[in-house]
Amino acid sequence: MVFRVLLFTALFIFILGLIYRIYTWFSWKINLPAAKFTFTNRISAFVRGFAGVLFNIKVLTLLKVFLLDVILQRKVLKESFYRWLMHIFIYLGFILLLLMHALGAIVTNNIVDEYYSTLNPFFFLRDLFGLIVVVGVGMAVYRRSLQKIPRLKSNAMDRYAIMILAIIMLSGFFLEGVKITSHSDFTRMVEDYADTDDEEEIRMLESLWVKEFGLVSPNVSGPFEDDILEQGREIHELSCLGCHAPARHAFIGYGTAKVISPFALWLDQIRTANLLYFLHILACFVGLAYLPFSKMIHVLATPLSLLANAVMDKKHSHPANMATRQILELDACTHCGSCTLYCSAMMAYEAVGNELILPSEKMRFLKSMSAGKELDKAAFQAIQEGVYLCTNCDRCTVVCPSGINLKDLWLSVRENLIQKGIPEPLILSPFSLVRGLSQEDSPKDDYLDPLETARNALAGAFRELADPAKDIDFPLSKEHITKDQIVDPTFSYCFGCQNCTTVCPVVGQYEDPQSALGLLPHQIMWCMGLGLDEMASGANMLWDCVTCYQCQEHCPQQVKVTDILYDLKYKATVGMEKRVGLSMNRRKER
Amino acid sequence: MRYALFLGCQIPARVKQYEKSVRAVCEHVDIQLQDNRQFNCCGYPMRNSNPKAFLLSAVKNLALSEKMGLDMLVLCKCCYGSLKKAEYIMKDGGEWQDEVLMLLKREGLAYEGKTHIHHFLSVLYHKVDRQTLKEKIIRPYKGLKIATHYGCHALRPSQVTGFDNPIAPSLFDELVSMTGAVSIDWPKKLECCGAPAMGVNNDLSKALMVSKLVDGKSAGAHYICTACPYCQIQFDDVQHAMGDRLDENGMIPAVLYPQLLGLAMGLNETTLGIDMNQIDISGIRSYISEE
Repeated sequence: MVFRVLLFTALFIFILGLIYRIYTWFSWKINLPAAKFTFTNRISAFVRGFAGVLFNIKVLTLLKVFLLDVILQRKVLKESFYRWLMHIFIYLGFILLLLMHALGAIVTNNIVDEYYSTLNPFFFLRDLFGLIVVVGVGMAVYRRSLQKIPRLKSNAMDRYAIMILAIIMLSGFFLEGVKITSHSDFTRMVEDYADTDDEEEIRMLESLWVKEFGLVSPNVSGPFEDDILEQGREIHELSCLGCHAPARHAFIGYGTAKVISPFALWLDQIRTANLLYFLHILACFVGLAYLPFSKMIHVLATPLSLLANAVMDKKHSHPANMATRQILELDACTHCGSCTLYCSAMMAYEAVGNELILPSEKMRFLKSMSAGKELDKAAFQAIQEGVYLCTNCDRCTVVCPSGINLKDLWLSVRENLIQKGIPEPLILSPFSLVRGLSQEDSPKDDYLDPLETARNALAGAFRELADPAKDIDFPLSKEHITKDQIVDPTFSYCFGCQNCTTVCPVVGQYEDPQSALGLLPHQIMWCMGLGLDEMASGANMLWDCVTCYQCQEHCPQQVKVTDILYDLKYKATVGMEKRVGLSMNRRKER
Repeated sequence: MRYALFLGCQIPARVKQYEKSVRAVCEHVDIQLQDNRQFNCCGYPMRNSNPKAFLLSAVKNLALSEKMGLDMLVLCKCCYGSLKKAEYIMKDGGEWQDEVLMLLKREGLAYEGKTHIHHFLSVLYHKVDRQTLKEKIIRPYKGLKIATHYGCHALRPSQVTGFDNPIAPSLFDELVSMTGAVSIDWPKKLECCGAPAMGVNNDLSKALMVSKLVDGKSAGAHYICTACPYCQIQFDDVQHAMGDRLDENGMIPAVLYPQLLGLAMGLNETTLGIDMNQIDISGIRSYISEE
């Protein structure tokens, strides 16, 4: 009764949860184009897209991917044999246990004529499959806690997944061990199945079971005489053998029984078997009910993501389907850390300390963000910096065992965030290359907005400071040249020949460079010489500089002009972040 | 000859034909390339916003290469400049450098400045025997006019990069001449391709590129030759995307140096990724002399 109530409750929650998850795949929005589509749009785009694949040669691609990537886990194998073995052990062992043992009454019973869990091969296989899962889980624990892989983060969800599996497995083995030793179980079975109720005969049977089957009895104890065992064996063969293989074939349970035998009577007395049984099924049902809300949803989402990515691409797929896929991908992420392991920007994380630079951590954050979690300013800046501090090397996408198209995801999220109007200094760096290239492919009206926002924020009070009508305060002191830790001091060698400006290709591109660039290279050197750091670091010139080093190479005074412009960009970034609030360069100082 | 191959970020994602053709050419001239999946960003795009991230990122690659016991062969000029800059900074000791070394130690890495950083072109020029190289060029070009595009971050700041004479470089021209092609003089040869401004100021970026195209065209160039993914993206992808906005006469297709060299060596066009460029460069075949 309790079993049924629990089972149906768990199933009910699981199904509701699953419906909710599927609903989120079609309703949550993480990229900008998604805003245009309603839930129904996305469902119908999916149906059309799916039908298009189904009645198409592409269906063969799906079959291939299903076999190689879903079943055989080719992508995991490519990353690491250890992890492949670990995951195969867990998932294969668990599926076999699920089919043969948990769903034994439904599945195994329909395949074989007579299914008794206590008969071989099932009796043996149950332990074997269980052992396989336990080894896999052990390997996972080892990888996450002892292997000390740099930047591999484990969160509460990873720990939960390992814990729930471990509890299910260990409670199962322990339950089996306790039942093998249990005298009350023995008595109950004898009452139900033995062909005798003669006390002496039962004693003989019991003796045999103590000797050979791991039973711990309060009535008999060894050493036993051979003829008692012989007679016991006769009764055993008559009454038990038909449905019960020797207990030692359940090798883990039998081993457990041997280990606990000194306390077995006491364990039996306090009905430990009932308790363990309850714990075992409870853990299974919790695992089932919580599956749609935990990272275990990957057992459904990851295969779907692998299949979807095999037949979809940015150019040909319907944008509504792309929106759906990107939400599905958030669930497909198992937080395995492959992306972070090979992330080109990983050392920026070490220098900056923003976890959201690491792709695996971004995924986790994006999931809560797409669920509609409100971000405070610090969180917003952290994720904006995290998605922008990316070299678009696409390595994360290449290595992702779940087949998630991370590169597209970053670009979608990036555009979504920077259009919200919080200035991002990184947008004025080579990190914008891919954004610039995509502008060439598909021009957008609001393309320039985030660039302007960043330029204005970085310029600070430049306009007022550089206003010719305004008097300039000279903060000049002897120390200012040496005091500044950020900017290279060679600007003080400048004798004003203006070579830097003359050779600058950027200056050469403008009819009126002064108004476009704010300050020309030589003027920036002069500003620095006069102690007008704030004015120098507010000039637009800094961001248009292509760092071709013509100025520096041609300076007769060996002023490191380009390096100084680099330094000033950093100075401007730090200055802007101080004005706007907490961000990367300040976080580091904390 | 064995080198640690440093691909950087752009090549595997956007200029795969550069990697392909370099591998093909290197194999042909007996340069062994060893990959290392732990290599990460050279630090170049981080220099704007965070000098520490730049230095740490760059030096980690140097330390990895040192651990492999190899010198580095770098394909990208911006990676090259960035790694050379990091090497230059690390020559001086200081608090900053110590911090980088300390952070690397946590990764199980050390850097002592043993590894040397070479650009692909420098290796061909300085390390491969000139005679062998010439002998391998079995299908030299005839009448092909090439505008060599040196790339800023290899040339300058010369004090740091030491690639070639920054005012009158000849390394690349000589390598091009070796294939039988004529390396033409063009006034803007040493100028920027505009790639660093792509995404920051697209108009500026394109204007810089177009001014070079116009210059190259009037000097009579048939192709621009590059040896850097950024320059190649600019002259191939961006030029291609601008397409009809460019004067028909303004178009000059870009060929990567290993593609140019590989064809002259008679290597297979597919392994050189000839069809992977955005702008069709198959016309270059017609300049190959067939004896």
